[in-house]
Amino acid sequence: MSPPEGAPPAVPDDVVAMVDVPRYEEDGEFPVERGYVWSMCAAVENGNPLYWDDAVAAQITGGPIAPPTMLSVWFRPHHWAPGRTEERLPLRIHFDLKERLGLPEAVMTDNTMTFYEPVRPGDVLHTRQILRSVSDLKTTKLGTGRFWVIEVEYTNQRGERVGVESYTGFGYRRRADQDGPGGAPRATAGSGS
Amino acid sequence: MSVRPVLVHGDVVEGDRLPTLRHAVSATTVVLGALATRDWRPMHHDKDFAVERNGTRDIFLNTPNQAAWFERYITDWTGPLGRLGRVTFRMRDSVFPGDVMVLDGAVSEVSVDDTGCGWIGLDLTLSVDGDTKSTAGARVAVPVNDDDNPWQRRGERWKP
Repeated sequence: MSPPEGAPPAVPDDVVAMVDVPRYEEDGEFPVERGYVWSMCAAVENGNPLYWDDAVAAQITGGPIAPPTMLSVWFRPHHWAPGRTEERLPLRIHFDLKERLGLPEAVMTDNTMTFYEPVRPGDVLHTRQILRSVSDLKTTKLGTGRFWVIEVEYTNQRGERVGVESYTGFGYRRRADQDGPGGAPRATAGSGS
Repeated sequence: MSVRPVLVHGDVVEGDRLPTLRHAVSATTVVLGALATRDWRPMHHDKDFAVERNGTRDIFLNTPNQAAWFERYITDWTGPLGRLGRVTFRMRDSVFPGDVMVLDGAVSEVSVDDTGCGWIGLDLTLSVDGDTKSTAGARVAVPVNDDDNPWQRRGERWKP
């Protein structure tokens, strides 16, 4: 059945078919390492003895762990790697949707992280991305576009779930009166993309 | 050696406030956090790029760095036996060098689940000059008594 005349365009069938289908399964490019844990804790002056005192870590968590909120850190690609010809993008479904739906700008509006088994130095994590939903067209102060929810699942080398991240993105076209300097997109909050 | 809980579930009631944390953000704060989180995008280390391409007044804190600040704020309060179960956050505006960011939090919920795990819900804000820049909701497990350790929970006994 065709949509009523003048109705906003529906979500394309091929995008609907992406919902709930795991994609982009991959292993991290390097094992979880304490150097990054210490760099992270130093950056935010986190003195939690779990990360600095091996005796405390041994007693409480059975050995060193990484701060839970570092989950996504272990999957951000190296800035450069030999032989790589294409830029590796984290959260690739997000960029797929921007391209497929013709929405040049996007922001992340919400991010939920749920933590399960602790991540430990030496772990090689595995991830996959799952599109959970795509909204009808919405108009916000940024412009007109669609919201989508993407889940990223993380497991360790033993197949144990260590975390799930859920991102809500908004891909949009800006209103004509909102162009930034040089026509470049304005960043919003911490994660314009 | 035995690590004693800094905070026990029974000591917390809804409405309790966490101590305020203030931090003067510098360019170093932004860059250290961006590199530690492996975020190489130039708006987190290159002021010219941030100003000319993003239209912001300076480089700004990246998302995972803000998450790490919230985590540090929570576990400063709970001590090392506090175990994060879930964090949801929403960014409204950017945080720049020169800002003094202020983290505040309040207890929104105190509960014990059907496995006996003690949970605390938190509403958190990161603000600058009274303007809220980010908000977060967190669910953190803390010991229900001096012998409890939420980190020992696994599988069906851990319901974040």
